[in-house]
Amino acid sequence: MESNQAKHGLVGPNDPIQRTQYPYVTGTSVVALKYKDGILMAADMGGSYGSTLRYKGVERMKPIGKHSLLGASGEISDFQEILRYLDELILYDNMWDDGNSLGPKELHSYLTRVMYNRRNKFDPLWNSLVLGGVKNGQKYLGMVSMIGVNFEDDHVATGFGNHLARPILRDEWHENLSYEDGVKLLEKCMRVLLYRDRSAVNKLQIAKITEEGVTISQPYSLKTFWGFSAFENPTVGAEGSW
Amino acid sequence: MTKQHANWSPYDNNGGSCVAIAGADYCVIAADTRMSTGYSILTRDYSKICKLADKCVMASSGFQADVKALQKLLAARHLIYQHQHNKQMSCPAMAQLLSNTLYYKRFFPYYSFNVVGGLDNEGKGCVYTYDAVGSYERVGYSSQGSGSTLIMPFLDNQLKSPSPLLLPAQDAVTPLSEAEAVDLVKTCFASATERDIYTGDKLEIVVLNKDGICREYMELRKD
Repeated sequence: MESNQAKHGLVGPNDPIQRTQYPYVTGTSVVALKYKDGILMAADMGGSYGSTLRYKGVERMKPIGKHSLLGASGEISDFQEILRYLDELILYDNMWDDGNSLGPKELHSYLTRVMYNRRNKFDPLWNSLVLGGVKNGQKYLGMVSMIGVNFEDDHVATGFGNHLARPILRDEWHENLSYEDGVKLLEKCMRVLLYRDRSAVNKLQIAKITEEGVTISQPYSLKTFWGFSAFENPTVGAEGSW
Repeated sequence: MTKQHANWSPYDNNGGSCVAIAGADYCVIAADTRMSTGYSILTRDYSKICKLADKCVMASSGFQADVKALQKLLAARHLIYQHQHNKQMSCPAMAQLLSNTLYYKRFFPYYSFNVVGGLDNEGKGCVYTYDAVGSYERVGYSSQGSGSTLIMPFLDNQLKSPSPLLLPAQDAVTPLSEAEAVDLVKTCFASATERDIYTGDKLEIVVLNKDGICREYMELRKD
């Protein structure tokens, strides 16, 4: 009976455990930076099923607790599971009712251990996570990869963002960015990603976290210009041999 | 045609180089602060140097997540040691602990390449060098990580350490003064940064001597 089930592709009690060895629905880059009063983060709302743009309204940035903001690229369902872990963590921490709360530093450390533990079980959570926050006047911005590699920096970006957005950030970022300039800089990065990352879509959100708390913008789109000569006929002068 | 999909590896190489030099009454431990993956730089300011005990410092390159796990484990083990013995662990003891910790994961290793530097019980500089699965040796100087193939022969050439095959055993500590050793380390990294793409951005130097511990930084090429 059990072997019969296995034949039909269903999981029987004696079948080997199946692990996520590749992602199904994925989100692309997240870009984030420190600015004068806190952290700004941007992510588009596309959810790709392979190369099919399957979902167009995925929220990839969520507030965590009172002081933190989490952004994710990679497998969307794994991200939503991480959100459930964090919800439980925050809830159980609240139950102490001691006035203490987990800050961004603690949450980043926790995420680091969750991601690394899952890679040790050869069952990774297929995400690159960006965690930003402000607590007691301290700004925090860090990243964790699917195998547990983690670090802090003044600006971070996942996936394609590390190739296309971070060089822009290294050029133009400074400690005293105003909110307006920070948003402008993020939009510049997101526009480059929109032009060059095929899985990016022109519907994005920008999230802000300060001492006052988290605000995530309504979805909006960027003004684009596709009339650049390089876009008009990209293969001119570079014809294939066939 | 079979379906192509993203694949993953439990390991990554985040690069970086480490050097340690032992002198008669000091020890210099240094590492760059670049962290990379493939051809991308993740951050230009990540410290690879970790203080394990008052007179014991470890510099590690390889896979950052494994290195972090290893540092946390050693810190926890050292805390227990302090509670049980009411003292700091000595550098030779910590060196043995690191070896055992690495070997414990012999069949799913920590992908980390370490050098430990510090002062032994006589106050003499000591350096221990490791492979990923825990074999280790006390030496007078060593280099590990992505730039070690460039740095190690240079150190051999400059320091002319007595052969470990000599009988009776010769002292392995270098004849340099502390300031000369720090200068030598700076030269090593300036050169390695020229040719090794995984080494650069900034150099962090930790000096241990009878006065305690001090830290200094030097800028390196950022390309």
